[in-house]
Amino acid sequence: MNAGAALGWWGVPLAVFAGAIRVSTPFLFVSLGEVITEKSGRINLGLEGTLVMGAMAGYAIAYLTLSPWLGVLAAGLAGLALGLLHGGICALPRVNDTAVGIALMLFGTGLAFYLGKPFIAPKAPGLPAIDLGFWSASPQVRAALQINVLFFIGLACAPLLGWGLRHTGIGLTLRMVGESADAARAMGRSPVRVRLLATGFGGCMAGIGGCFLSLGYPGSWNEGLSSGQGITAVALVIFARWRPMACLGASLLFGGAGALGPALQSVGVSGFYHLFNAAPYILTLAILILASRPDRMLGGAPGELSITK
Amino acid sequence: MEPALEVVGMSKRFGGFAALDAVSLRVAAGGVHALIGENGAGKSTLVKCIMGYYRADAGAVLLAGREVEIRNPREAHRAGIGMVYQHFTLVPAMSVLENLALARGLPRGRIDWRGERARLAGFLATMPFAVPLERPVAALSAGERQKAEILKQLYLDARILILDEPTSVLTPQEADEILTLLRAMARAGQITVMMITHKFREVLAFADTVSVLRRGRLVGGGAVASLDADAMAALMIGEQSVAASAARGTDARGTVRLVLDDLTATDAAGAPALRGVSLSVHGGEIVGIAGVSGNGQSTLVEVLAGQRRARGGRMTVQGEAFHASRREVMRHRIALLPEEPLRNACVAAMSVAENMAFRVFDRPPMARGPLLRRGQIRAAAERLIARYNVRTSSPMAPIGTLSGGNVQRAVLARELGGAVDLLIAANPVFGLDFVAVADIHAQILAARNRGAAVLLVSEDLDELLELADRILVMSEGRITFETTAAEADRRLIGRHMAGHH
Repeated sequence: MNAGAALGWWGVPLAVFAGAIRVSTPFLFVSLGEVITEKSGRINLGLEGTLVMGAMAGYAIAYLTLSPWLGVLAAGLAGLALGLLHGGICALPRVNDTAVGIALMLFGTGLAFYLGKPFIAPKAPGLPAIDLGFWSASPQVRAALQINVLFFIGLACAPLLGWGLRHTGIGLTLRMVGESADAARAMGRSPVRVRLLATGFGGCMAGIGGCFLSLGYPGSWNEGLSSGQGITAVALVIFARWRPMACLGASLLFGGAGALGPALQSVGVSGFYHLFNAAPYILTLAILILASRPDRMLGGAPGELSITK
Repeated sequence: MEPALEVVGMSKRFGGFAALDAVSLRVAAGGVHALIGENGAGKSTLVKCIMGYYRADAGAVLLAGREVEIRNPREAHRAGIGMVYQHFTLVPAMSVLENLALARGLPRGRIDWRGERARLAGFLATMPFAVPLERPVAALSAGERQKAEILKQLYLDARILILDEPTSVLTPQEADEILTLLRAMARAGQITVMMITHKFREVLAFADTVSVLRRGRLVGGGAVASLDADAMAALMIGEQSVAASAARGTDARGTVRLVLDDLTATDAAGAPALRGVSLSVHGGEIVGIAGVSGNGQSTLVEVLAGQRRARGGRMTVQGEAFHASRREVMRHRIALLPEEPLRNACVAAMSVAENMAFRVFDRPPMARGPLLRRGQIRAAAERLIARYNVRTSSPMAPIGTLSGGNVQRAVLARELGGAVDLLIAANPVFGLDFVAVADIHAQILAARNRGAAVLLVSEDLDELLELADRILVMSEGRITFETTAAEADRRLIGRHMAGHH
C-alpha cells in the first residue's frame, strides 16, 4: 500500500501491471485448459469447482509434504480427476454437458470446503517467485517484479498450445472432433475418447490454476479464495475466440482490470473502491455487448459446441 | 472376369423391420455399378453393411473372390474400400491439406507440413482433377468439395469407391464432370465404382450395370443397356399406384401478387446471402427458383417466412408492404411450405392436431375468447387428415413420430386447407418417395390452377422443369437468369447455376 505512496501516481500503472500478472495467472491456466476442452466440442462449466478443488488439494499436499511442487502436482491430479469425471458423465448417451458442468461446479466447491476444513489455519510453503526487479533500487518496483514461476509456465503454455493445435497430429485430431464428430467417426477416431481426454486436460489445467491462488497469490487456503475466476475464465475462452494466444491477452486484460481497484486505493483514491473492483465484470459485459451482432453466430466457434450450435 | 466386389445374401434387421433381405450383387472390376431404389429401400443400409458401419445379420462381402470380414470403416479402408458420403465428411474449418493429411492417419508428434504438401502435390499430379490445397474446405464450391472427398478416398488408396448420391448437391455440369472422370478412371482399371443414385439420367449415362432395391430386396437389375428409365421406375415402385401428374390448367396469369424489390439479407453467420433480389409472381403461375444449395435460397425463404429480417429492399404482397407478420400472412392468405418442415414449420413434440391448428387456433371456431376448444381443433384435424391422406396413428400423436412424407402432407394440409392466394414452397418433396412426390406436386399444381401465385424454390431442376411456368436462377444471392419453362434449356440453366454467365 505504501508502495504507491512513495511513487505517487506512477504507482498506479505499476500496481496494475503487477496485479495483471498476479490476477491473470489462474485465468490463464483455466482458459488455456478450457480452450482445449472446447476445441474438442465440449464445454465444461464445472471449472470453478475444479479450481477451488485444485486450490485446496495443492495447499493441503504442500502443507503435508512441505513441497509446493508436490502441491502443484496434487492440484493437477485433482483437476484431472474432476475433468475426467465430467468427460465420463458426458460420454453417456443424452447427457447435457452444461447441466453436468453446473452440478460439478457445486460438487467440486463443496468437496473442497469439506476436505479443506483442517487446512484453513496452517501455513503451507508457497511457490517461488522470480525476482526480475533486482536492477531497481525502488522497493516498489522490486515488489512489482516479483513474478511467480507458475505465470511463466502459463506464459509458455499459450504459444505452445497454439502451435500444437496447428502442427501436431493430436491438435489436428482435436480440432476435427470439435468441428465435426461425423468426420472424425468416418476417419475411425472416437470423439468420445478425444473429448474425455480433452476434458481431463482442461480439468488438470484448472486445478493448477487453482493452486496458484492458494500457493501463489493471495497464498493461503480459505473458503472465500475464489471469486468466480473459474467461471469467468470460461467466458474468456469465448471472448478469445478459442485461440490460446488470445487467451493470454484476455487473461492479462482481465487481470489488469481486477487490479485497478486496489491500485487506485493504494494512491488514496478509495471513493469508488467497490465500483473499480467491479471493473472486470463491467468489462465483460461491455466486451460482450460490443462484440455481439444481432444476426450473426459466433465466429471461430467449434462446430460441435453445444452452446453455439 | 472375377468381380471386384461381391455381396452374398446380405441381411439386416432393425427390430422387427427387415432393412435388407438376402441381397446379393456383383460389381465387375473396372465397372461402374449403380444402386437405385426409393428412400428406405435399403441402399444406404447395404453400403453401410459393406463398410462395416452396421454388422449384417447374415451374408458376406467378397473382394476379388475372397471373403473378407469388415467390422468397422477402418477395416474397410484397409481392404481398399472407400466411401464418399451424401453429406460431406471433410472438416469445413480446416484446409484441404489438413483434411487430407488427417485422413492418412494421426501423425505422431510434429507434422512436417512441407513434406506433407510435397507428397500431396505429387499425388495430385497423378490425378485427373485437382483442388486448391491451402483453402479451407468451407470456401470451396460444392463441386470442389465433392472432388476433395473423392480425392481423399483415392489418397487413402481406395480401389473400390462407393458413392452415396454423389451428385445431389452439384449442378448438372459438375455432376457430369465428376461422373465422367470417375468412369474414365474405372475404364483405365484404376478403380471400381458403386454409386447410389436416384437419377435415372445418371444411371443411363454413366453406369455399366445396375441393381434395383425395393423394401430391402433385390428386385432386378443387370446391364444398363438392357433397361430403360420406365423399366427401372417400374422395378423401384412395384405395384403402388402413383397419382397421375395433375393437368396444368390453361394459362391464366392473374394480377401480380408478390413483388420483391432489391431485397438484401445476411445468413446466420452474418455473411451477405441476398444481394439485391427482385422478382414478381402473378396469380395463376408457378415461378421456380433454381440454384445450387447455399446460394441464398434458404435465406430468401426465411425472410419470406418471417424467420429472418431483411437488411434492405422491399417486399410487397397484393400492393401492400409486407413484413411477414402473422396478421399480414392471414390477411393475404399466404401459405408456406418451408424445407425441413419438421424443423421450420412444426413443433415435433406437439400433436398432429395442434400442429395443424397453428394458423387458426386463436380465432373462432377453435377459440372462444382466450380459451381453446380442443374438440374443434381435433375435429378440424381429422377432416384434414382424411382429405390429405396423412398417415398417423391418431390426431393426438406427436407430429415428430410421423414419417417425412406424412409430416410434409400434414403441413401441406394446414397451409392449403383454406383458400390460398400466395404459396411459397421450398424443396417440398426433398427425400420423399414416388407416391408422396406425385401427390404433393399435384397439390401445388392444383393451387396454381385455382389461381394462387406460387413461388417454388427447389434444388431439383427436373422438379422445376415439370412444375414451373417461369424459372429464375439464383446464384450468389442474385437472380442471374430468367426463362419461361417452355423455352428452358437445361444446359443454359446449369451454366447460370454454376455462376458462369
